[in-house]
Amino acid sequence: MWLTPAEWQIVGFTLVVCALSTLMILPFGLAVAWSLARYRWPGKVLVETLVTLPLVLPPVATGLLLLKFLSRRGGVGLFLHQHLGIDIVFTWRAVVAAAAVMSFPLLVRSARVGFQTVNQRFEQIARTLGAGDARVFFTITFPLASRGIIAGIVLAFARAVGEFGATIMVAGNIPGRTTTLSLEIFETVQLGHDASAYRLLIVSVIIAFGAVWLSEALTKRSAPQ
Amino acid sequence: MKLEIRRLSLRLEQFALEVNVDLQNARTGIFGPSGAGKTSLLEVIAGLRKAERASICLNDQLFDDTVRGYSLPVRLRKIGYVPQDDSLFPHLSVRQNLLYGTDGKSKRDTFSFDHVTSFLQITSLLDRDVRSLSRGENQRIVIARALLSAPRLLLLDEPLTALDASLKKSILQQLRSLDHEFGIPMLYVTHDPTEATEICQEVLILECGRLISRGNPLELLS
Repeated sequence: MWLTPAEWQIVGFTLVVCALSTLMILPFGLAVAWSLARYRWPGKVLVETLVTLPLVLPPVATGLLLLKFLSRRGGVGLFLHQHLGIDIVFTWRAVVAAAAVMSFPLLVRSARVGFQTVNQRFEQIARTLGAGDARVFFTITFPLASRGIIAGIVLAFARAVGEFGATIMVAGNIPGRTTTLSLEIFETVQLGHDASAYRLLIVSVIIAFGAVWLSEALTKRSAPQ
Repeated sequence: MKLEIRRLSLRLEQFALEVNVDLQNARTGIFGPSGAGKTSLLEVIAGLRKAERASICLNDQLFDDTVRGYSLPVRLRKIGYVPQDDSLFPHLSVRQNLLYGTDGKSKRDTFSFDHVTSFLQITSLLDRDVRSLSRGENQRIVIARALLSAPRLLLLDEPLTALDASLKKSILQQLRSLDHEFGIPMLYVTHDPTEATEICQEVLILECGRLISRGNPLELLS
């Protein structure tokens, strides 16, 4: 194939960490989207703001915050190091963490819209037919919100693939350990290896195209609104 | 059927719904102009809306008692609710819609699928996409779905609105024989005197949230 083994490794690594970060944020993101879409509670505006923050903050600033929290001298990093012997910063885990934080707002915003567009009349009718809360959620709400949820998953994944600023702050660019597609494109351009940069650019376009195409295909099969 | 609605009070936009009534007929109509509070009354009985004050009891099964802070969850009320707007689940097939209320119930607790579908003449629609149904077909299936969950009471909220006269007549005949065929009482909300007189044994007239009279529909509405 036209990619070098090292480039294949980078592509594979990027896809795996992005899939992992998307999977990690999915349950939490759906829970936040659901509660924002359906309930009023004290502190809701604060949570909305915090969720949106990574979208508007410079990615390197978000990366710096992550570095602060996840390093051995930070709260979370210290706890993980002391109690579980796990280090985050400058490892693949930091790449996942940066991708998760940066893509979380997109998942929540899209899934929230998905939940908001579900006609709650259908949920009421399901209850009159004897369905409990869990059954209503999994057989009515979730399928009817699936367009928004799928769109959110795809956007989150695509954002994770494109992540650069936060990742380089918290994970660095360590060949074979933390180098992602975006980091490698930047690196190869810096070094004047244009051919490699363009090969990886084509891969990026293929991934983005595939993600959007998959999203369209899945949403066409899913619930009508 | 014995439905007791005591001291029901619910503030609506223009007025308060205040109802205090006992119902015993198998086919009771609630008649009144649009915005009189008819739908709100059905929603309170079904548990879809909480009244500020109410005590509601169906055949000795307590639904609501606000004084004691008690409210039976909607799913346990066994109410067949047929709203006026489209309520078929759009992501499920006609058959899946019909079977939704029978899941997890034994055959003894539900009516025969074949009996209900043939009675409402929807057997030929079972494999259709719900989005391809006409309004009349749609309403027949909503009624069948409610029936298949073997409810203790059917609440029908203007189910024949926007149907043409011949279709209305044929569904009216089916609705009139429902309690005879399945033994299920119904509360039928309408603002059409013809529907009320065709179906109901007794009619209650609701205006601005208050019951202003009750009696034989032929005498009250003619």
